[in-house]
Amino acid sequence: MKSNGSSRRGFLTQTAALAGVAAGAGLAAKGSPAKAQGNVHNEPPKRGARYTIDHMTHYTPLHEYNGVITPSRLHFMQQHTSEFPEIEADHHTLSIYGLVDRPLRFTVADLKRLPSVSRVHFLECHANSSLAIHTQGNENMGLPVQYIHGMTSCSEWTGVPVSVLLREAGVKSNGTWMVNEGGDACNFSHTLPTAKAMEDSFVAYAQNGDPLRVEQGFPIRLIVPGWEAPFSVKYLKNMKVVDQPYHAWNESMNHSVARPDLGGKVRWYHFQFGPKSVITRPSAGLHMGSKGYAQITGIAWSGGGKITKIEISADGGKNWREGKLQDPVHTKAHTRFTFDWDWNGQEAVIQSRATDETGEIQPTLQDLSKHWGITMDEWRQKDNKPRAIHMNAQQPWKVNKDGSISDAMFA
Amino acid sequence: MRCSLKVLAPVVMLAAAIPAGVLAQSQGRLFPDVGKPLTEKEIKGFDRIIGPEGKELPVGHGTAKEGEVIYKQRCEVCHGVNGEGGILRRLTIGKPGQPYRGTYYGKEQEKMNGVSYYPVPTIAWDYINRAMPVPNPGTLKPNEVYALVAFLYYRNGIINEGDVMDQTTLPKVVMPNKDGFVPAKPVYPPEKAPSWW
Repeated sequence: MKSNGSSRRGFLTQTAALAGVAAGAGLAAKGSPAKAQGNVHNEPPKRGARYTIDHMTHYTPLHEYNGVITPSRLHFMQQHTSEFPEIEADHHTLSIYGLVDRPLRFTVADLKRLPSVSRVHFLECHANSSLAIHTQGNENMGLPVQYIHGMTSCSEWTGVPVSVLLREAGVKSNGTWMVNEGGDACNFSHTLPTAKAMEDSFVAYAQNGDPLRVEQGFPIRLIVPGWEAPFSVKYLKNMKVVDQPYHAWNESMNHSVARPDLGGKVRWYHFQFGPKSVITRPSAGLHMGSKGYAQITGIAWSGGGKITKIEISADGGKNWREGKLQDPVHTKAHTRFTFDWDWNGQEAVIQSRATDETGEIQPTLQDLSKHWGITMDEWRQKDNKPRAIHMNAQQPWKVNKDGSISDAMFA
Repeated sequence: MRCSLKVLAPVVMLAAAIPAGVLAQSQGRLFPDVGKPLTEKEIKGFDRIIGPEGKELPVGHGTAKEGEVIYKQRCEVCHGVNGEGGILRRLTIGKPGQPYRGTYYGKEQEKMNGVSYYPVPTIAWDYINRAMPVPNPGTLKPNEVYALVAFLYYRNGIINEGDVMDQTTLPKVVMPNKDGFVPAKPVYPPEKAPSWW
């Protein structure tokens, strides 16, 4: 049967297999679920969601949980279709072909027989923290830290290293690239260098101990640690080994960007995310309460490896003091930080900056703009803000005298 | 499973240091009892991933005139008359005989949605074939996809109305924005820091 086709029997099988995940889905909506979501496990969040005719988005409420593991039901989601595929896990397969000695097909049960790894990694949409969204939020999308930065989340994923699978298939010497394809309605496809696949990528079938959630690619998805999330293809069904980047629509059109520093030309591929952090509490839309002790907390992460340092400024980036990183610090994963702050009741601009193990420091928006040849005035325009992807600028929040907090990105 | 733990451990941990292909190449299988071999015939039956050289394009052909008929039935409801835009993306940014050669930055960034933006002629074929039309993707026959690509490329001024698109002619189409991307061949490992390059 077609993997994205509808099958009542298959759907029931899938629902039964996942029933355990439903318990405790406290933020689940009471509204009517979409057609493909006939179980609590897969109900949409009551806010932090945006649905259009050909696209679905869930934003993670970064300010509403603690630690570094995003509760699975709150994990962000970008889906390039209007429904989730109803995949019959028992009949779903992964085919590996192209420039290999032995084209192979694995069932999901086959994959679970192979050596597995469990690793904590963040995923992040290439368009997370885009500058346009600062002024596009609405009440259905939650607070600013959610709709501006909430297209990143962090989970413990379990699956089979791609290196194990490619070892079985035997990659030919010219098989330097791969195209990975999903089984959703758009047959989402994305190119990946074979070297990165061999280095640390894996085919995941579990998230935080449970089976993958439907919106996270049930029954299997690719995890490409530290890189833009479109590389981590959901509902994975085909891996084709090829000899050059295939420039699929998603990377040549949807996920590319024209830049002044390149003479208006387009940066084709972005791979790894740089160091990034955001203060999740206090943040815009929340309230300080009374003056005095206020713990600042947030998350830091980098595609370059482990976070080694977090610094906090309470005066808009003039002076910095080191904050605390909470153990354990995983590589290419969200890292929790805290900072003990004594708020004197006066205006303040708080922001964080992260450093990773490569020594790279999170840039300011001014740093990025200078590098890209974009002026601050262009970002401040109401319409036609330049398209910005792969954004890791520091996020300043303004604490006002009355305790209210607002977004100071363009201040 | 036939393999010993001694063999298995390095495979699982192999991670970092091993360049593509080295470990994966030309050795026997470690887990021969897991998974099934695929035949060339089976692969031909499901492979829809089309490269920039068009090597995987199926046999078929179509013209702009044929494509216009299919477009009106299957595409116009979302993308508007002649691809000029509707409830979804505008696909046409040039005119017959006059391809768009301007910028895609600032006020012109919405033009990215047009097929003229694609640097390689096969991208439209691959994407329409895999993802369109939205209610029933994957239902278009090769001749219909060739015809739709011909129609859109004609409306964008990229080919002439009478040009036949097939597995040989399509990969040779010269896209107006073919030099609009850098680098033309992306590299891995990525360039040195800063990683937000």
